[in-house]
Amino acid sequence: MEFTRNSRQLLSKIATNDRHGENSPYFDGWKAYDSNPFHPTHNPHGVIQMGLAENQLCFDLIEKWILENPDASICTAEGIDKFKDIAIFQDYHGLKEFREGVAKFMRRVGGNRVKFDLNRIVMSGGATGANETVMFCLADPGDAFLVPSPYYAGFARDLRWRTRLDIVPVDCRSSNNFRITRAALEEAYEKARRSNINVKGVIIANPSNPLGTVLDKETMRSLVSFINDKNIHLVCDEIYAATVFSSPRFISIAEIIQDMDCNRDLIHIVYSLSKDMGFPGLRVGIVYSFNDDVMNCARKMSSFGLVSSQTQFFLASMLNDEEFVGNFLRESSKRLAKRHHVFTKGLERVGISSLKSNAGLFFWMDMRPLLKEQTVEAEIELWRVIINKVKLNVSPGSSFQCSEPGWFRVCFANMDDETVRVALERIRQFVLQGKEKDDVSDKSKHWKKQNLRLSFSSVRLYDESLMTPRMISPHSPIPHSPLVRART
Amino acid sequence: MVSMSKIATGNGHGENSPYFEGWKAYETNPFHPIDRPDGVIQMGLAENQLCFEFIKKWLMEHPEASVCTSEGVGRFKETALFQDYHGMPEFRQAVAKFMGKVRGDRVKFDPERIVMSGGATGAHETVAFCLADPGEALLLPTPYYPGFDRDLRWRTGVELVPVICESCNNFQITRNALEAAYEKAGEDGLRVKGLLITNPSNPLGTIMDRDTLKSIVRFVNEKNIHLIGDEIYAATVFKSPEFVSISEVIEEVECDRDLIHIVYSLSKDMGFPGFRVGIIYSYNDAVMNCARKMSSYGLVSSQTQHLIATMLNDHDFVDDFIVESREQLFKRHEYFTWSLSQVGIGSLKGNGGLFIWMDLRKLLKDNTFEGEMDLWRVIINEVKLNVSPGSSFHCHEPGWFRVCFANMDDNTMEVALSRIRAFILKNNESIVPRKLCRRSSLKLSLSRSLSRRIDDFMSPTGIMSPHSPLPQSPLVRART
Repeated sequence: MEFTRNSRQLLSKIATNDRHGENSPYFDGWKAYDSNPFHPTHNPHGVIQMGLAENQLCFDLIEKWILENPDASICTAEGIDKFKDIAIFQDYHGLKEFREGVAKFMRRVGGNRVKFDLNRIVMSGGATGANETVMFCLADPGDAFLVPSPYYAGFARDLRWRTRLDIVPVDCRSSNNFRITRAALEEAYEKARRSNINVKGVIIANPSNPLGTVLDKETMRSLVSFINDKNIHLVCDEIYAATVFSSPRFISIAEIIQDMDCNRDLIHIVYSLSKDMGFPGLRVGIVYSFNDDVMNCARKMSSFGLVSSQTQFFLASMLNDEEFVGNFLRESSKRLAKRHHVFTKGLERVGISSLKSNAGLFFWMDMRPLLKEQTVEAEIELWRVIINKVKLNVSPGSSFQCSEPGWFRVCFANMDDETVRVALERIRQFVLQGKEKDDVSDKSKHWKKQNLRLSFSSVRLYDESLMTPRMISPHSPIPHSPLVRART
Repeated sequence: MVSMSKIATGNGHGENSPYFEGWKAYETNPFHPIDRPDGVIQMGLAENQLCFEFIKKWLMEHPEASVCTSEGVGRFKETALFQDYHGMPEFRQAVAKFMGKVRGDRVKFDPERIVMSGGATGAHETVAFCLADPGEALLLPTPYYPGFDRDLRWRTGVELVPVICESCNNFQITRNALEAAYEKAGEDGLRVKGLLITNPSNPLGTIMDRDTLKSIVRFVNEKNIHLIGDEIYAATVFKSPEFVSISEVIEEVECDRDLIHIVYSLSKDMGFPGFRVGIIYSYNDAVMNCARKMSSYGLVSSQTQHLIATMLNDHDFVDDFIVESREQLFKRHEYFTWSLSQVGIGSLKGNGGLFIWMDLRKLLKDNTFEGEMDLWRVIINEVKLNVSPGSSFHCHEPGWFRVCFANMDDNTMEVALSRIRAFILKNNESIVPRKLCRRSSLKLSLSRSLSRRIDDFMSPTGIMSPHSPLPQSPLVRART
């Protein structure tokens, strides 16, 4: 028998389209890294991964806790008697102690200003699964959600792929630090309506990925008022909530609606422990909806992505240890603040600025001055140089649907201090070389060299006196930057 | 009025099925030997609880299997960070090896083809998403697992077309039945994209013979449709005939391998439903790659991947476990079916699964599904057993019930059996009279521990059929 059929025709449209989003440059950088990963001794010239928003700074605390709490595991002598009950536990309501621990954690992370009901905690396959599940509950194929840009590259897949929804971006600009304005929301909404696109809601990430900023109260109230007026849903992805390391503080949507007249059936939170605790492998996604029907539906859907009962049990123990949690959150903030500072200051010294931010595991780096032209093509060209010559995997703004070229997301919490030094050194070298090339025909080149005394020793990369987080704004590069053309 | 999706407001979640009603009855009044001896005994849950002592012993001897012990904590960080949807190589190797061993090492599985999913639940949904568009259909032999209505259809929009199987030939899948279903789908304007078989069967507890499997493979090839083989009960086959996997059959029948996909899980074979270890094994590269991308929605927790990898890479343990599990299931199954036969209750001859397909047709007042529901409510409310009515499995004929036997200890089993005996004897008049053998010379030890294997006193092939109760039962009214 001959088999000459085209097997692709046998598959679904979902399987053969591109909506899984993996052809985005966001993933190209990963591939470059995977084929040549940096290692301080084995591969010191490899690509340093700065495209992965992971929180690796506090594992020492966690490991210590684990050793002090053997009953958190069902595989230790202390916990083995629970093994059977846990191994057979597949109730999609989830372990009560697990839900309790998560609710307490979320409360803590929200600054103790709002209580979360453990009976509203619904599990999912990571935040990936949570976002998809919420979309399945709220919208039909062909419907759309408004998403302020720039936004997490994975949303293209999580919100759209199997749900068959559309994303309508809400344009945010650097001119006002990428704030979400009512005007931008209205404009996006109207534009969708004119194209006969049925908008079912807005989804925001707060703290923002990739910006690393938190939403202020005014913006949040304006958002709630907007969705209330339009009677559409508001989904808040708060997975970076505990990565806020300096003021202003994180405000959960749960807190905002306490003081506002709004239809709570429209409000839904997506949470996870992947960023705040650094546990992406454990696949702990949470859907917290104020709408009973959505909650019940999402809970039924959680069968497609429940948290492993072994993991539920472990986390129940850890998160119900309030002393540990308090200590962990404080220490995590401190370490994130320090790391963020080292990076942004280090970059400042070579004239690279970034968006003022106080959260997230990354910062939003402004490379617009280095672009040949202010186009996406030029951005991608610069990015390829960064990957191939500077050997850093950073993520280009276009992969976050940023409407202005030249911005890059740089992750800083997924490496040790030594790697940080190497990364900064590479950037420094790159910037200096670039500066030399640019000024080849410039007579003032020599003058510049003499006037610019920047100490590049790594010791000064972290300056104690600059501990106050007065970060660079996009419009005031440090005057001694070699990238600024001298006017004297 | 807040609007939600059609998916959310419809009934596609399938929870209004009687399959779940029984669960609810159990939950409000669960049996406990001391605290609630009159509670409902759960016999509607296909769980494998018979080997936990064996597993626990291994765990105590292997602290490195956990990332939370002092031996394992050095790997905690890299494990907690590991979210690569390819899955840990050791995990894939271990699962591939396990799948091979469960099939008697007659076939090898490639670790690079192992794709994770959120339990078998997630695996089925993912495969449906990969193979069919909304409105397209999958053929499904009846009776079938009620969860399929949700897993294959709910969020995918895929339709299910039943392939009718009947008791007159022990519910085997015939070529005629397949053709008839395929034709009917065509008449209804449905494009069939595939056929899903569960082998060993839930709820029947039977396996498909090689010829049937070959016939099925030929069928899908001719129609150019996919074949999905749900083999999650593969290791629960506790006596001959030996389990034959789709993976073996395709070595013997010429076929387009791009049509062949296996769904697997550790929920039944190992008794770990809480760990959510679902596996998709497709011979089609495009499906494998697509399913792998989709696995992000339901990856196996890396903590659990590490545990399973360590456990299943211990091949001695695996070999011993498979033997032990079969032994325990065999004992439990044989004792249970034999005890039922003593009161004239037969079941479909089976050799796998965690349940029996019990034949209560003669107890129906009416030979209708309403009659079946009436009987079922009596069983739940009076006999206080949660068993699952055949209609919830879309069985074409009323009167069959799935009864799970591997999710309880010996004591609970005895209580369940005594309740059944009491019920049957009480209702003796309403039972169609049966021919009972009157031999009285046989002495039978009814000790619960069944220190002798049952086949010492039963002929190897003389397994219960619905019409020949064991002659030596003490419950048979003595006539001498």
